[in-house]
Amino acid sequence: MSLRATLRRGLDRAERGLDPLFGPDWNPLANLGPLGWFLFWIVAATGVYLFIFFDTGVVDAYASVEWLSNDHWFHAGVARSLHRYASDLMVVVMLLHLAREFVYDRYRGKRWFSWVTGVPIVWFVYMSGITGYWLVWDQLAQYVAQTSTELLDALPIFAEPIARNFLTPESLSSRFFTLLVFLHIAIPLILLLAMWIHIQRISLARTKPPRGLAAITLAALVVVSLVLPASSQGPADLATVPAVVGLDWFLLGLYPVIDMVPPGVIWTGALLFTLVLIGLPWAPPRAEAPAAKVFLDHCNGCSRCVADCPYGAITLVRRSDGAPFLHEVEVDAGRCVACGICMGSCPSSTPFRRSGDLITGIDLPERSLAALRAEVIEAAAQLTGTGRVLTIACGFGAGGAPAPGRVVLPCVAMAPPSLFDFILSRGLADGVAIAGCAERDCQNRLGRSWTLQRIARERDPFLRNRVPRPRLLTVWAGPSEVARLEAETAGFAEALAAMGPYADQRPLDPAEARGAAAATTARAEQIVEAAK
Amino acid sequence: MKGRARHLILGGLVTLVLIAVVAWFSAAPQWRSLPEQTALLRLSFTHGGDRSAACRDRTEEELAALPKNMRARQICDRRRPPIFVELEVDGATVFAAERDPSGLAGSGPSRVYERLLLPAGPHDLTVRMRDRPDTEGFDYEATRRVELAPAQSFVIDFRPAEGGFVFH
Ligand code: HEM
Ligand code: SF4
Ligand code: SF4
Repeated sequence: MSLRATLRRGLDRAERGLDPLFGPDWNPLANLGPLGWFLFWIVAATGVYLFIFFDTGVVDAYASVEWLSNDHWFHAGVARSLHRYASDLMVVVMLLHLAREFVYDRYRGKRWFSWVTGVPIVWFVYMSGITGYWLVWDQLAQYVAQTSTELLDALPIFAEPIARNFLTPESLSSRFFTLLVFLHIAIPLILLLAMWIHIQRISLARTKPPRGLAAITLAALVVVSLVLPASSQGPADLATVPAVVGLDWFLLGLYPVIDMVPPGVIWTGALLFTLVLIGLPWAPPRAEAPAAKVFLDHCNGCSRCVADCPYGAITLVRRSDGAPFLHEVEVDAGRCVACGICMGSCPSSTPFRRSGDLITGIDLPERSLAALRAEVIEAAAQLTGTGRVLTIACGFGAGGAPAPGRVVLPCVAMAPPSLFDFILSRGLADGVAIAGCAERDCQNRLGRSWTLQRIARERDPFLRNRVPRPRLLTVWAGPSEVARLEAETAGFAEALAAMGPYADQRPLDPAEARGAAAATTARAEQIVEAAK
Repeated sequence: MKGRARHLILGGLVTLVLIAVVAWFSAAPQWRSLPEQTALLRLSFTHGGDRSAACRDRTEEELAALPKNMRARQICDRRRPPIFVELEVDGATVFAAERDPSGLAGSGPSRVYERLLLPAGPHDLTVRMRDRPDTEGFDYEATRRVELAPAQSFVIDFRPAEGGFVFH
């Protein structure tokens, strides 16, 4: 097993541990991006509130923070603690989010954009936090200010060493201090811009955690703020060195390293780390199938694929072929990860076609609807006995490995609901198991939601009413849950055997079976024979 | 939110513990950036080397060749000379370096920012600087006996207006 597969399994197992505590939909590890946004808003709101009480001059800054923390602890003091703890939590959430996107391989190939735009976010989060700590103007602030400016002075930027501002009590001007206040407002605004850019290349990005999870997080932050309020560490005094400070290990955890290592090494390390991080999506790039292709003869411009593509790769444009429709669609090959979800959403994607080639409105060149139908017919030929279950599996879930009677897709939402209808009504199997990724999170972001809504007949294309719902099983299981998938499928097979064969079968048409192509013709014919 | 009380309670407790841990590590454990019984001495100033040493008078012919309004007697280099700085602590030279001028054209001042950790207690400090390349020895020199307290921040600055080196 590759390193990534091992990591993926381990993370899946760890996340599973939180499912029973939070419920899969509130699982914080599956909501790190949305939590990051939520924490940002908490920090922003409390920051604005604190600013009302904060004195931006160097002489009174410390006193004003002491005053708001002590005399006004029940509102401004709580705001201060929330401001600090939410920022710290944001660092934790961000680093976990980064690691998780890496482990689940959502950063390479056409998905590079969110990763690369995430890298500057790391910098802005740290810079926002560091400038925040200066403002308190306590001994920690003094330590941070001195260490940071000495590090900055190693770069040939400033005409006069800015560390000289902190040499003696007389050398620090209120003007310089006000500049820091300004930075602590400007940098978070740039961070917000970067966070917004970060999610521009995906559609329906989740920037809000589920309400319950948001409530839990906010409540816990408030309780901790009341019990363990944030405090200052004695006023800054430039005549002494703040020899011992209580560090914020999330935002300032690297300061001890800065103390011990020459600045040149720090800057080189930071630069290398940034470059390596930015380069990761291409080291090596992911091998992705060619982008989806539109077939105008079968497209009426209904825009369902536009709504369903999780990567914003499809746009609705003016009709170009003279057909009597207003629109057609266009695929941006630079964004298409070939998940196939659009194929599953297109009303033209129906395997029930007897005449002519099986072509749909939008199709994957390397895994067309016709090929999918052939694969399904071939997989069905491997099923025997009573209670035959054909599995449509997601390549990232528990059913990702090939197995008899199983068709593995980039996403289960690639299968149009009519395919399930087809499998049952052609007697290819007695039931269909849809085996997607773990419930808490879908590898292709929206595939799980779309599949559920389609078979619940809530989202176009609907599963036809004639399809008996008990003959469909959905299993949402991650790569570490192979055993559960097998157990649920076995139970399903028993239930199907008890139900008996599907009553409304119409045998496979030779024209449909022919789609099963050269390699499987013999088998396909067997199926046709058997069906008769 | 029916049936989710369990998640609110269990998830809430887990989150509470996590955030309490985060809050704890937001101010602890402590970090000691300066060893015990040590003081910090910083020698820091900016000062431009004196250009006048490299100046010379123009010859009569050179002056005649210039337009009337530009006949300045002296011609000087735009580039400043480097300065040379030396610091002695208790008789031992702990720092001695030549510092080039700043700026692309070398017309800016030279900068010094040196940190030195010293054990607390009495020390004899002597600092010297040469800002003219033609000086033998030094243009400025100052000596001071200091009693450094632990964690004291002691600074040697240079202010020509105050007559040279300043100790605080
Ligand atoms: C606090 C900072 C950050 C916030 C608030 C944030 C937020 C988000 C959000 C809301 C999403 C979309 C989730 C979804 O709807 O599926 C996302 C996706 C992503 N983020 Fe972040 N992010 C942050 C930092 C980072 C960093 C530092 C990196 C990596 C360097 C990163 C890499 C990614 C990747 C690779 C995706 C997946 C995009 C895809 O699905 O194709 N993010 N982020
Ligand atoms: S295959 Fe279709 S849905 Fe998937 S990324 Fe490409 S265009 Fe979007
Ligand atoms: S879903 Fe199919 S018919 Fe509708 S716009 Fe997309 S390609 Fe065209």
